[in-house]
Amino acid sequence: MSSSAQAILQTRRQPPIEAVVIGASAGGLEALGIVLEGLPSGFRLPILVVQHVPANGPTHLAEIFGRRTRLLVKEADDKDQLRCGMLYFAAPGYHLLVESDRSLSLSQDDAVHFSRPSIDVLFESAADAWGPQVAGLLLTGANEDGAAGLEAIHRGGGLTVIQDPAEAAVPTMPRAALRRFAPDYILSLRDIHRLLRELE
Amino acid sequence: MPDRNVEIELKLLIEAIYLKYSYDFRDYSGASLKRRVLLALKQLQCESISALQRKILYDPQAFMELLQYLTIPVSEMFRDPSYFRALREQVVPVLRTYPSLKIWIAGCSTGEEVYSMAILLKEEGLLERSIIYATDINPRSLEQARQGIYSIDHLRQYTANYQQAGGTQSFSDYYTAAYDSAIMDKSLKETVTFADHSLATDSVFSETHLISCRNVLIYFNKPLQDRAFGLFHESLCHRGFLGLGSKETVEFSGYAGYYEPFNKSERIFRKS
Repeated sequence: MSSSAQAILQTRRQPPIEAVVIGASAGGLEALGIVLEGLPSGFRLPILVVQHVPANGPTHLAEIFGRRTRLLVKEADDKDQLRCGMLYFAAPGYHLLVESDRSLSLSQDDAVHFSRPSIDVLFESAADAWGPQVAGLLLTGANEDGAAGLEAIHRGGGLTVIQDPAEAAVPTMPRAALRRFAPDYILSLRDIHRLLRELE
Repeated sequence: MPDRNVEIELKLLIEAIYLKYSYDFRDYSGASLKRRVLLALKQLQCESISALQRKILYDPQAFMELLQYLTIPVSEMFRDPSYFRALREQVVPVLRTYPSLKIWIAGCSTGEEVYSMAILLKEEGLLERSIIYATDINPRSLEQARQGIYSIDHLRQYTANYQQAGGTQSFSDYYTAAYDSAIMDKSLKETVTFADHSLATDSVFSETHLISCRNVLIYFNKPLQDRAFGLFHESLCHRGFLGLGSKETVEFSGYAGYYEPFNKSERIFRKS
């Protein structure tokens, strides 16, 4: 991370970040591995992830990342109360939303950008729930889901990070967001990992 | 902050709907409800939620349009086939021991689950001694459910679901295709009572042996979920069954101690 990036983080310390939301699509499994592996088991923040997956049939995201990271991992259930240091994956076939009391809720409303779960839906509700106290990360992907949602986080004063399209396995999603607004950071996956450690 | 205004407008709209039309969305999950209202704004061409509020207060027809967005029907026949398979293989053997059966499909939407349940009961020889209550708050959805006419586009999916759910006949035995529609066999709905009923405001109307309420409760907040679980508990007979959606559970509710898991992965619970 550059020193100017460090400076932004310094000035952003008030109010502190309370949660991290991450969106990824094509190429996301590997990208999430680089971002999340090595985070300490007592990580202070809850992390919510929408990784696009086929709608029918179970996915094994929770099991995979339960093995690959030191975090506690689960597939989000309706009315889950957020816990610090817990990594939540959106369930296939359901949108994942954050309520104003910071509990989770699910919906089976129409797909957004052909996706359910949709990154926009999670990010927009996170912007409403946390305002400036949320960090949104948008990673590799082949469609435009997440761009509007990350912009909503930006408008709400939250911290926004987009994976460097030059590095992304599929740059469509990062580029779609970059066309809409200028995020706080455009970073490589390694630097996004470092930033998360900084947020602790 | 503009977003604060949206929160206030949303609250006022929901209150206005309750005061004027007695539909109670006050304890729905806020995040989903907001998305639905913002979507309706675009479709109904209103500039703001306040404008929408004025429109629906003075125009019941406009409210009926809005209601379609607030109660978005999402359903298919034998959705989550493994759920219906579990009903057939594990719950039906118990239901068979009752001389007559009452089954409640709560939040039946446009009726796909009602016909699925009727087909299952028919194949198990139980339909003739069953009464199915199919309830919803959306009168348009209920009318569609009553008619039992579905787009032919979905039939391939429904047929695959039916087979995976353990269907013993051919799914085409249960409908007549006409142009681009499939009309469900009339005999399936002979024992079905379609009725307007709200889990938010109405009370229990009958004792039941099985309640299926799937992907309805995810739209409620915790207090309203508890109200629904309370109604189900009151309605279910001793050791009656409750089937929920694949990500729903009674375990986080105030009624956790009143139900026991019967088939955990299919979210079927039993009154304890």
